[in-house]
Amino acid sequence: MAMLQIKNLQARVDEKEILRGINLQVNKGEIHAIMGPNGSGKSTLAQVLAGRDVYAVTGGEVTYEGKDLLAMQPEDRAREGVFLAFQYPVEIPGVSNMYFLRASLNAIRKHRGLDELDAMDFLNLVKEKMAKLGIEQNLMNRPVNEGFSGGEKKRNETFQMAVLEPRLAILDETDSGLDIDALKIVAAGVNALRSPDRSIILVTHYQRLLGYIVPDYVHVLYNGRIVKSGGKELALWLEEHGYGWLEKAAGA
Amino acid sequence: MPSISEDAGKMSGVKQDRDNLVVEFESMAAARNGALPQWLRSIKEDAMERFVDLGFPTTRLEQWKYTNVAPIARTELKPASNGIESSTLDLSKLRLVSTPAATLVFVNGHYSAALSSLSTQASEDARLRTGNLGEFLKNDDENVRGRLTRYADYQDHAFVALNTAFFEDGAFIQIPSRTVVQDPIYIVFYSDGSGKGTLINPRVLILAGESSESTIVEIYAGDGQNAALTNAVTEIVLGENATIDHFKLQQESDVAFHISTVQAHQDRSATFNSHSVSLGGALVRNDVNVVLDGEGAQCSLDGLYVESGQQHVDNHTLIDHAKAHCSSRELYKGILDDRSTGVFNGSVIVRKDAQKTDALQSNKNLLLSEGAEINTKPQLEIFADDVKCSHGATIGQIDPEALFYLRSRGLDSTAARALLVYAFSGEIISRIKSAPVRSLIGGALSGKITLGGDFPGSDPNEEL
Amino acid sequence: MSSQENSIEAVANQEYKYGFVTDIEADVVPRGLSEDTVRLISAKKNEPEFMLEWRLKAFRHWLTMEEPTWANVHYPKIDYQDIVYYSAPKTNKDRPKSLDEVDPELVKTYEKLGIPLREQELLSGVAVDAVFDSVSVATTFKEKLADVGIIFCSFSEAVQNHPDLIKKYLGSVVPYTDNYFATLNSAVFSDGSFCYVPKGVRCPMELSTYFRINAKDTGQFERTLIVAEEGAYVSYLEGCTAPMRDTNQLHAAVVELVALDNAQIKYSTVQNWYPGDKEGRGGIYNFVTKRGKCQGVNSKISWTQVETGSAITWKYPSCLLVGDNSIGEFYSVAVANNYQQADTGTKMIHIGKNTKSTIVSKGISAGHGQNSYRGMVKIVKGAAGARNYSQCDSLLMGDKCGAHTFPYLEVKNSTAQVEHEASTSKIGENQIFYCRQRGLSAEEAVSMIVNGFCKQVFKELPMEFAVEAQKLLGVSLEGSVG
Repeated sequence: MAMLQIKNLQARVDEKEILRGINLQVNKGEIHAIMGPNGSGKSTLAQVLAGRDVYAVTGGEVTYEGKDLLAMQPEDRAREGVFLAFQYPVEIPGVSNMYFLRASLNAIRKHRGLDELDAMDFLNLVKEKMAKLGIEQNLMNRPVNEGFSGGEKKRNETFQMAVLEPRLAILDETDSGLDIDALKIVAAGVNALRSPDRSIILVTHYQRLLGYIVPDYVHVLYNGRIVKSGGKELALWLEEHGYGWLEKAAGA
Repeated sequence: MPSISEDAGKMSGVKQDRDNLVVEFESMAAARNGALPQWLRSIKEDAMERFVDLGFPTTRLEQWKYTNVAPIARTELKPASNGIESSTLDLSKLRLVSTPAATLVFVNGHYSAALSSLSTQASEDARLRTGNLGEFLKNDDENVRGRLTRYADYQDHAFVALNTAFFEDGAFIQIPSRTVVQDPIYIVFYSDGSGKGTLINPRVLILAGESSESTIVEIYAGDGQNAALTNAVTEIVLGENATIDHFKLQQESDVAFHISTVQAHQDRSATFNSHSVSLGGALVRNDVNVVLDGEGAQCSLDGLYVESGQQHVDNHTLIDHAKAHCSSRELYKGILDDRSTGVFNGSVIVRKDAQKTDALQSNKNLLLSEGAEINTKPQLEIFADDVKCSHGATIGQIDPEALFYLRSRGLDSTAARALLVYAFSGEIISRIKSAPVRSLIGGALSGKITLGGDFPGSDPNEEL
Repeated sequence: MSSQENSIEAVANQEYKYGFVTDIEADVVPRGLSEDTVRLISAKKNEPEFMLEWRLKAFRHWLTMEEPTWANVHYPKIDYQDIVYYSAPKTNKDRPKSLDEVDPELVKTYEKLGIPLREQELLSGVAVDAVFDSVSVATTFKEKLADVGIIFCSFSEAVQNHPDLIKKYLGSVVPYTDNYFATLNSAVFSDGSFCYVPKGVRCPMELSTYFRINAKDTGQFERTLIVAEEGAYVSYLEGCTAPMRDTNQLHAAVVELVALDNAQIKYSTVQNWYPGDKEGRGGIYNFVTKRGKCQGVNSKISWTQVETGSAITWKYPSCLLVGDNSIGEFYSVAVANNYQQADTGTKMIHIGKNTKSTIVSKGISAGHGQNSYRGMVKIVKGAAGARNYSQCDSLLMGDKCGAHTFPYLEVKNSTAQVEHEASTSKIGENQIFYCRQRGLSAEEAVSMIVNGFCKQVFKELPMEFAVEAQKLLGVSLEGSVG
């Protein structure tokens, strides 16, 4: 069974059409990269899959593990194992990173019929993952993402993903604004989560990330549709040729 | 941008000096004899006209309220002539790390090929281009054309106009896309203070390609008993997702005038980390202007100014949040002793569509004596409604309890004071990622703060 | 409105759960306010001469005063003649001597409010001075307290049984001339609490009082006086609820606290007066003067409050730091939702030497709510070594509410250390979505964020109150993000 099946998905924000019929199938264990020029709808796709309702779905269907994803509330999608690493992670004043993540993990555990973790157990669980991602304790005691640099925010997203262990992880431009050192850490974090039961969708503008997280499939999104698909070589081809050809093709 | 009334800008008493400069300008243009491309020749003429129109700024202009440039305006300025004996300059005292990616050296504004160098690693990448801007201009390089002078505005800024009209040599650095340059690139502008009223106009153009990373250090050093004016303009263009750690270390002589403008333009997701350290000069004005012109761009502006005697250092910054989701962080710290005076003016503009802006600004000052003075003013112009902007300023003295504590542990008053002063500046130093650069700046700082040898950062080989 | 916002609305459309009316005939005084009204009130309470004199002085002074208009709140003009100034339940003409004598209807009322007196008596050990519509109905634990010499009774009782203490301290912190509403209160106050803790005694339990307005158009004019003598300690909880009404109800209370040498008073309030409906109709007008005088050296007064109710709140619990080394504290959470308006804050007046004050004010605005914080820190010329730390944070939920801060710092002594921090944050759809994408419901998200915002204040509240406060906050912020 496909993990994720998107059929003719259409969506708009305010009056503007952004997704104009996306078709995509992601099977378990696969890594798909979605690339494309700015404004093509990459982030919109990620957010629509996560259930952000500033985007109105105007057509199509999405099946996740056999279930109708679009009918589910955002928190239910999360509890069913969908994780979105945000392009611009928000700050939440007054709530520490640690507390937030524990509340989140417990909400998901509860849904799965598992016991909730108290502060001590949670800390033990995450210590190792923190070390791997180079996240210090004091960073975790600060309010969610408060005062974090761009790189720290992305690392925090990766850390959350490592703790919540989603079945479908969608990374929205996780590599934008990162220098090489930060990129390597994030990529290592994502690669550590590769598994036959887990699918990952990488939304990225730059080919750079795909040198570190090698995808199984690469799709090019342009003007709200997937116009080209291929293997990882497609990413290298795009690096060389850029996106200019898309406009020419569209004009033809 | 604040508009400038022409009347307010004029200093009628020094029209004579502007006439003198016009003469110099024309003779320089003649000497060049058409060696520069036409587009630049027109711009230079235009800039000269603007400078004559604007004149040197007076304190009636809001942006120059606390900085009186009459001493500069009164000096008869003359561009430095060529052919300086460059071998007299001993670079080692600048304590540059032994294997930089590149070193570009200018003496009195003129490029010195003998003192400049390029590492073997760097020279292997043909796409990494560093060298004398003058050379690239002679060849009408296409990367330079269309970028040079497009960012630093000379229409309303007299000193930028002056530089644009007069600059000859300069530094050009182009980092190719997706390239990480590990070692720092140094640009050294040295003025020997031999002639009276020497006018030096260093010009720098830095282009960073998509997803590139580099560390670039501009050093302004000077000697001599004569007041020279170093009037520098640096334009930095960051392509998508590029990262630049930029440093400006100002160590001019005690009598020098130093005016500088750093203008950075950031594309989407680009990161600009600016560090400005001002230690020397009699009258100093640093402008750092950043335009966040693409979503997700981030900048951090760090500044440290340490003043003594009767120095005057004015730091003006302007961060323009032109697009959404950009963040800016600003931390400027000042230490003022004796009868020195300082100015900090941090402006942040958030444009109408720059939603989700995150801007943080802080200016902290330590006054070591009663005669020292600081004027600090944050300025926020916010036209979007979903933003987070905060600013803070502090002015304080050395904590007497801390001083006593150190003295009770055996340090004498001078050493204790110096240590606390160094600690105050430590925050800025510790934010420098590159170890060799940290050591460079730490060392320069300890030279300014009298203490003695065994001081963190004074040993260039020490890992901090 | 997006479907997510709809779901937040739908998720919490809990009606004001305390909105019910008890059917008891009340013994009311005719509407209107004149010298006769004042005399009538005093007579009904059988007060001694000095008390009537004081009321009359206040009333005559009130006639010369003008209602203040500087606060950042807007309300229809109050007709002071259209209010009933006294109401007592008929079935309780004489004070009941034990719980058994309390009208069962009333006991049911208290049960609905979650404070069944019997249970309280057995389990929590908290003494309750339950005031029902201006007359004390039941007081428990008087004996236990009396053992250690603590007097805790209704104000009316104190006037009867401890006139010397009343004479000594009444008006010593808030003189009857102090301000418009305090003066009105001084003339027509009905009842309240009186607590006196003698030298060296530490009150063994938390004292509390429950208020309730029942009769139509009855204003509540409570008067409370707490005195802690040398070395004494008392913690006092004040919590109030009120039923739904169509017309606004005026609440103008005065609370005076006096702490002598080395004494400490902790005064905690959870205020949940009816805030008006979603369109801003009805609701209590809460104009309160609360002031503590740190009279003695090393004395300390702490105000902790969680205010979620009232249509309009005008309230500045203050501390006069007279004694050397005295400490004043103010921890507050104020909520303004729907069309609530709050102009609140605190005043810390540093008079003695080496005095210290701490202010932590958290304002939450939602809906069309308007929250203004007005804080004054005044350090007089002779107040050497004064220290103040003020933190004033605003949380905006949504786009239509407002938060305003007016800090006043008056420092006339150069050895003072004053620190002020202010911040504003906004909870918008994107924060809520981030939490939802991590598995938390919108309701859980709002609750988590709000509690995180308020925790600095909540941890100053006595345990029992902290739980109620969190629940109250949840109820009062329903449907706030959208």
